[in-house]
Amino acid sequence: MNEQLAFTIEVFLNGLMAGVLYALVALGFVLIYKASGIFNYAQGVMALFAAMTLVGIQNGQVPFSHLINAIFGTDIHKFGWSVHSFLAIILTVFVMIALAWAVQRFVFRHLVGQEPIILFMATIGLAYFLEGVADLMWGSELKALDVCVAEGACLPQGMNTWLEATTYDALGYGFFIDNLDIVASIIAALLVVGLVMFAQYTKQGRAMRAVADDHQAALSVGVSLNFIWILVWSLAGFVALVAGIMWGAKSGVQFSLSLIALKALPVLMLGGFTSIPGAIVGGLIIGVGEKLFEFLIGAPFLGGATENWFAYMLALLFLVFRPQGLFGEKIIERV
Amino acid sequence: MLDVNAAEVQVDNLLEVNNIEVIYNSVILVLKGVSLNVPKGGITALLGGNGAGKTTTLKAISGLLASERGEVTKGSIKYRGDPIQDRDPAETVKSGVVQVMEGRHCFEHLTIEENLLTGAYTRSDGKGAIADDLEMVYNYFPRLRERRKSQAGYTSGGEQQMCAMGRALMSRPETILLDEPSMGLAPQLVEQIFEIVKSVNEKEGVTFLLAEQNTNVALRFAHYGYILESGRVVMDGPAKDLRENQDVKEFYLGMSDEGRKSFRDVRSYRRRKRWLS
Repeated sequence: MNEQLAFTIEVFLNGLMAGVLYALVALGFVLIYKASGIFNYAQGVMALFAAMTLVGIQNGQVPFSHLINAIFGTDIHKFGWSVHSFLAIILTVFVMIALAWAVQRFVFRHLVGQEPIILFMATIGLAYFLEGVADLMWGSELKALDVCVAEGACLPQGMNTWLEATTYDALGYGFFIDNLDIVASIIAALLVVGLVMFAQYTKQGRAMRAVADDHQAALSVGVSLNFIWILVWSLAGFVALVAGIMWGAKSGVQFSLSLIALKALPVLMLGGFTSIPGAIVGGLIIGVGEKLFEFLIGAPFLGGATENWFAYMLALLFLVFRPQGLFGEKIIERV
Repeated sequence: MLDVNAAEVQVDNLLEVNNIEVIYNSVILVLKGVSLNVPKGGITALLGGNGAGKTTTLKAISGLLASERGEVTKGSIKYRGDPIQDRDPAETVKSGVVQVMEGRHCFEHLTIEENLLTGAYTRSDGKGAIADDLEMVYNYFPRLRERRKSQAGYTSGGEQQMCAMGRALMSRPETILLDEPSMGLAPQLVEQIFEIVKSVNEKEGVTFLLAEQNTNVALRFAHYGYILESGRVVMDGPAKDLRENQDVKEFYLGMSDEGRKSFRDVRSYRRRKRWLS
């Protein structure tokens, strides 16, 4: 098999994997936007917050320890235990649900019926507030996220070596893909299937779609908007947690994690703000697109580092020619 | 003796609206003291032109005002004697009052059947009962059965009106607040919709409060009517009497003894019904 072609395919696959991560972040945006018309700028910070909470719980850190120490003159930092990853994830999910409730209760309940721009501004405020809270709660130093603390290997290992060996045997060229990426893709796929099933076949999912369509009408048939919005923010929080785990495991939990939200923007423009499949496909296209572009055109002809801007250029093109995105809600108009 | 009891049940007021005042955005006064009673098992019509306050009255009852930044600032709304103003709309639906909004408001991207099922959101009496009611709705609106798998956004105006009404029926309501069902529909279809309202009222015993601009049709099907004008009730009476009333004929039905009048010569109807009369 042609070496160059094989290498291109490998870049393609790696792009797909990166795309999955973009898609995960974009998914959180889509959920909230669809159900409440709020463009949640804080989605990236939510991923950061979730990841920090997870690490904090795992390591048995005392929340707000700096604050407590400063006030009471104590010197506590850790409980002295460590929590199993699985349990820590579940606890973090509860924290994210509590966060969803608080956001709804203290911010958006008071802004019902306001202009979208005001809601958007509120989420910007929320983003910085949350960033501050995360800092205060868990400290700002870079942390390593390891989803396997006690038991060793919780993430299935060795899939990549298997893949490499198999492809080498079959094609004479072993594809190398990061093991974490494979796991991330599988989890993302499961997550999406789960979300779609939930939205399509359950009562609450149906109510969620109803609210997305016409929240006045949903209100009129007795759907509690508050409940649905808390539900949606919780789901978005859960998605943020998954995204936070994946990104955190890849590059450590630090404040730059919140910037992945910016990477999700072009994905949304490409896929459409209202489509779950759109977020996935958009993410994959951006992931593959930027890797291939860098490999085939960027590095040889443009001096590299095209990955930084390629996604935004692509999004811009889409905005010009297809503003609702690839899968944006079909605009139903009857006269 | 038995007959007297029956008569008492007849005038039993399910819903009482007492002199309510509604203000939007803390500045726009829309209702300036509206009072009305809705007897159990009847069809009560709320008539009047654009901006008279019909929709606002219905939304005050169903609790939808809050989401439009409106509030009831004076007066009271009682359902079965319990105050229901400022209640969460979901609570109101649970207590048996559901509103069918003006302009249909179907969930466009949901299928007709999903729309109907969403109507049963507040119910907890099991899938069987809900399936039975779905069947009931399909029997009232056979057209919906044919379209049950299509997205509501792609159905016709009449089908959407049926969908909205069927969706309300799915909550097993005691009272339906029906806002402007005739809007934008062909006269034949309007007639059909009202026939269905009548049979739902008779067979299922559902009480209706109906806001309509189409005074003619509304007074033919309703038992009692209130006429609203710029936020006040200016006249009320049994539908039969209102139909015969000279002023109603002139202002709302466009009929008068001297033949047709130019709209310029028609003065708006100003007599107020005093609150303590």
